[in-house]
Amino acid sequence: MTDMMLTQAETDDLRALAGMIVPASAKYKVPGADDELIFADIVKSLGRDREDVRAALAQAASKAGGSVAALDAAAREKLATRLQADGGPQMAVLTRVVLLCYYRDDRVMVSLGLEPRPPFPKGHVLEQGDWSLLDPVKARKPFWRQVS
Amino acid sequence: MQEKVDVLIIGSGASGAAVAWSLAETKMRILCLEQGDWMKSSEYPSTGRDWEARMHSDWATSPNIRKRPADYPINDDASPIKVVNFNAVGGSTVMYTAHYPRLHPSDFKVKSLDGVADDWPVDYATLDPYFAENDRMMGVSGLAGDPAYPHHEPPMPPLPLGKTGSAIGRAMNKLGWHWWPSDTTIATTEYDGRAPCINLGHCTPACSQGAKASTDITYWPHAIRAGVEVRPNCRVREITVGPDGMATGAIYYDRDGKEVFQPAEVVIMAANGVGTPRLLLNSVSAKFPNGLANSSGLVGKNLMFHPWGRIMGQVDEPLDGHRGPPICLWSYQFYETDPERGFARGYGMQFNRMVPYITEGIENMSLGRIPWGGGHHDAFRRYHNRRMSVGICTEDLPEEHNRVTLDPVLKDAHGIPAPKIEYTMSDNTWKMMRHGLARGIEFMQAAGARDIVTNAPLALAGWHLLGTARMGTDPERSVVNEWGRSHDVKNLFIVDGSIFVTGGGVNPTSTIQALALYIADQMKQRLSTLFD
Repeated sequence: MTDMMLTQAETDDLRALAGMIVPASAKYKVPGADDELIFADIVKSLGRDREDVRAALAQAASKAGGSVAALDAAAREKLATRLQADGGPQMAVLTRVVLLCYYRDDRVMVSLGLEPRPPFPKGHVLEQGDWSLLDPVKARKPFWRQVS
Repeated sequence: MQEKVDVLIIGSGASGAAVAWSLAETKMRILCLEQGDWMKSSEYPSTGRDWEARMHSDWATSPNIRKRPADYPINDDASPIKVVNFNAVGGSTVMYTAHYPRLHPSDFKVKSLDGVADDWPVDYATLDPYFAENDRMMGVSGLAGDPAYPHHEPPMPPLPLGKTGSAIGRAMNKLGWHWWPSDTTIATTEYDGRAPCINLGHCTPACSQGAKASTDITYWPHAIRAGVEVRPNCRVREITVGPDGMATGAIYYDRDGKEVFQPAEVVIMAANGVGTPRLLLNSVSAKFPNGLANSSGLVGKNLMFHPWGRIMGQVDEPLDGHRGPPICLWSYQFYETDPERGFARGYGMQFNRMVPYITEGIENMSLGRIPWGGGHHDAFRRYHNRRMSVGICTEDLPEEHNRVTLDPVLKDAHGIPAPKIEYTMSDNTWKMMRHGLARGIEFMQAAGARDIVTNAPLALAGWHLLGTARMGTDPERSVVNEWGRSHDVKNLFIVDGSIFVTGGGVNPTSTIQALALYIADQMKQRLSTLFD
């Protein structure tokens, strides 16, 4: 898939990076962030972060020697270590965009024990908690500073 | 030519709505100009799956990031703390946490008690009935009996403690420190047409349920029924004056960008501690060459923010996470001056129930706790719903070099000069902050938290915009008198956070609104002599 605003090379590198940041997990039965549906959401959601993401992609491609997508698994692992250490604010934006889309995917939310829905209108249940904990504070005398 | 109104209010947020509602009983013709529009709760972030992502775009707290049509740019490059606000009918009450403490009695007497800054010309006892009236109008939930405050009775019961509140309470009890359920404007029962909270969790960027009080759903429906007009999408450029030095009205741009003059007998500024000085400084005339109501030279000066510290830690047991209102408890253990601490005044502590769960992951990735690659999933789950967070709300005392001026270059979409912020934290505030951060770490240790980190001052924490048109009895040392009227222009009033003399160490909205109601009452009592 190619977004009109990203070149094919940028799109390929973004997908590779998304999978490097959040790979699929058999243990948790979740796809990676390079999953087709999730990646489509990422590309669609770039919005006002697009230019920062493009800058991050350029930086990553430069460190990769031209193309992140073309790297083999071992080279991607080395690159991931470098980008985590010195990726800078634009790579942080790219990472944020990837996570914001990944963790709202139905499959991922279910794996975290979350219902795949927005907060409204169902909301959540919040237990009252242990109000007896407040008893020692209630026993304190007023300590606000008196003024004349 | 617009028909002349009796009272023209600039800004429809916390204070503008309160003063409009209170004055409505006079049957005067009252008009409020608001640069933003009415909001639609069906479009609020928590209605969609992208609710967290929108905090980085059209629901960002900073107007410089958000860039909605109603927003104006703010040059805050010369400040470590960036202004956050919201522009709509309801103003920043649409986007706030609903944490709703009052200033404490000592906050009004800091000169007398501690020899710093200045006393206010009003005190807590004077404002007490207005606090109560405002609590009723906004709909406050809380628990009476807090030993840190004079007695007051919130009209609704408090929010649940939940798992997080209980864990916080256990830790605070170990330390023997004060803590208490926060007063909040989140309805816990049906109240004045509002539905009770259902724990959407995403309270700050507007409440889809309508449980959180914003003035578009509290004061404004009552004020409008009483005859007040709100005119949205109208951005005021300047307040105009006549040859006699009295305000004559305002020039604004309507929703089509057309310039309009609105005449008025009385003008009330309610545009917050940045918007109000910006407008006054933009209102230059032969009689007021340095800006309107500025013979003291203090318009824009003495900006106070409440520099914010944050302490975070991770605990082993699952907490409430994003399933509930974000702030649930406060502590005033270190609020009052103790000379042994080495600084004047003190700070409030606020305990957070949550951050949104993806945001928690993003922040932990930025801290290097959650890696890319194979270890990502285990680490994300290890931190998920296990964060404790304490906020330190320091009292920064007024200093004239902390100020709002007009930017010589930056302008808004209508060509109106934008505000420029210059701000530094004082040595006293830094000492206070370090004390608060250390106490926050002690709290985390008592809670059994690990991976404790601190951050201060938080950059995107300029929520509280105070002091830039201070009140006082001396025209050379204040902008408005003890009941909100400009010393220089006798039909010009200011009712927003600009008039704070000092800031205390608490969120100011409750006190801003109580002051607005007090000033409205003063105006009503003096109607026949208002301009004397």
